[in-house]
Amino acid sequence: MSAASEAQALAPPQRIAPAPRSRRVKELAFRVVMLACLGAGLLVLAVLFVDVLRDGLGQIDVQFLTSFASSQSEIAGIEAAILGTLWLMALCAIFIVPVGVATAVYLEEYADSDRWWNRVIDVNIQNLAAVPSVVYGILGLAFLVRGPLQLGFVVVAGAITLGLLVLPVVIITARESIRSVPPSIREGALALGATQWQTIRKQVLPAAVPGIATGVILALSRAIGETAPLVLVGGASYIAFNPNSLDDRYTALPLQIFTWIKLPQEDFQALAAGAILVLLVVLLSMNAVAIVLRNRFENKW
Amino acid sequence: MEAGTHPQGVTPRGFNPLGVKRRRWGEEVIRALLFFAAAISILTTVGIVVSLLGETIAFFGEVGVGEFLFGTVWTPLFSPASYGVIPLVAGTLLIAVIALMVAVPLGLGSAIYLSEYASRRLRRVLKPALEVLAGIPTIVFGYFALTFFTPTVLQALLGFDVQVFNALSAGIVIGFLILPTIASVAEDAMSSVPGSLREGAFGVGASQLQVSLRVVFPAALSGVAAAVVLGASRAIGETMIVLLAAGQQPNLTGDPRQAIETMTAFIAATAGGDVATGSVAYRTLFAVGTTLFVLTLIVNAISIRFVRRFRQVYE
Repeated sequence: MSAASEAQALAPPQRIAPAPRSRRVKELAFRVVMLACLGAGLLVLAVLFVDVLRDGLGQIDVQFLTSFASSQSEIAGIEAAILGTLWLMALCAIFIVPVGVATAVYLEEYADSDRWWNRVIDVNIQNLAAVPSVVYGILGLAFLVRGPLQLGFVVVAGAITLGLLVLPVVIITARESIRSVPPSIREGALALGATQWQTIRKQVLPAAVPGIATGVILALSRAIGETAPLVLVGGASYIAFNPNSLDDRYTALPLQIFTWIKLPQEDFQALAAGAILVLLVVLLSMNAVAIVLRNRFENKW
Repeated sequence: MEAGTHPQGVTPRGFNPLGVKRRRWGEEVIRALLFFAAAISILTTVGIVVSLLGETIAFFGEVGVGEFLFGTVWTPLFSPASYGVIPLVAGTLLIAVIALMVAVPLGLGSAIYLSEYASRRLRRVLKPALEVLAGIPTIVFGYFALTFFTPTVLQALLGFDVQVFNALSAGIVIGFLILPTIASVAEDAMSSVPGSLREGAFGVGASQLQVSLRVVFPAALSGVAAAVVLGASRAIGETMIVLLAAGQQPNLTGDPRQAIETMTAFIAATAGGDVATGSVAYRTLFAVGTTLFVLTLIVNAISIRFVRRFRQVYE
């Protein structure tokens, strides 16, 4: 018995025969096809960038960035659109940061998930995240622009509409980063006599800031790229002035791009490409900041 | 030191030996404020439903429900006006089917590669690149579909006999728009399949291909299904690409080379023009919006169900 097991232990390791050639070819082919799937997406991304660069790079100069829209393509520019987008972004941030973070704090720190109303809020946010953006446009049109509030096609109505649209993104990412703060931090603060709100404000939120900031930037980058809701709540397509107050009419980069693409003349298509390029540069820099924030400040507890 | 006495002889705040809860009004107020913020999301949903339903009910005061739901001619802005929503629904579904035919194989292939084959370093580069694709505004994809994909790829390169505005171009480009969504949700599901399942299969001599397709893929199936449903929901709700590249002609056709109109495109095109509040044309916006909202709600409910199931299994 012991001799047998000894012999087994001492037996030289057996070489496993390599897989037959046909199988190795199949394995490699599968791997290549899977990589090609991924490559197809990235190829389209690359072609899209090259196409927009080719069409739009010639448009970009100081005159283009500092002129208003015009019916003459040579003197048309995107100043009003850039300022409109900045106004939308700023107002949107003022709206979504407090509301989004407060909702996330409530759901993670206070809400008892056994209560039905808290579960309703939770499921509701998931549902809102998947409602088509054009439906938010209808909401904005019916409640803010016309209907009960009668604000008209003004910049604050656009900003609130976009804010409601991206609020779920902020809430979901803020919740994740609040959840990733370990309970021991909270217990430590509570044990020292801090109240629940003191614990949240002095310990949990500071630790969750990088994650929340990433979520806010991603949400804003989605908001300023959205066109469909603005088509409904933005109103006029020809705006040749900058917004100066909350109740000014406005245009924004995506709206201006849309207006130009619809025109049949080639010159305006080129203007659209130029404006797309500006929009993409803004969005990509925001995304880059978000990725850096996420990688740099990722907490490893 | 005796139990219950503090070094300085003071009772620390919050120390509560008798179990009597002290009411802190500041804390209560903060809790109420936070709850109010959370309630805004509920108010949003209520707002959407109220704004849609109010005008939709008014719409059905003038147009029969049967005519709307089963009519096959959609000419609300011309006379004689006809309000059959079927062509818009069919256009929406045609676009979604084309988009899924592109995005499901490519997205799942990408997910398998990222989850089973790519090294950590490669994944750190590839995933953000896919996120960039997901972050491109839809108006840019619309421009791309109209000015590059239709004339250069479909007409010149592939020699398809397509119209300037056609469902095929819009559908394929939407496919690439939703590819990152499908890839990333499916990849999450595949990555969360426990390593022990893979090791077991490798242990009995399975190859990487067999592990990917016969172990990981089936184990992640409900997550994969959730990814596909989520992609479908985005394809149904997509507006700008179809508005720009698929035309605005409510044809009832299954031919992807022709121009069609989707529900979203109709809403954006009609609201973008000047329609008077209270007119029938204004109300069609809301009737179509309600149809779209109900359709996406059903699709989302299916997706949430799938996600919940896949979470239950492995988390």
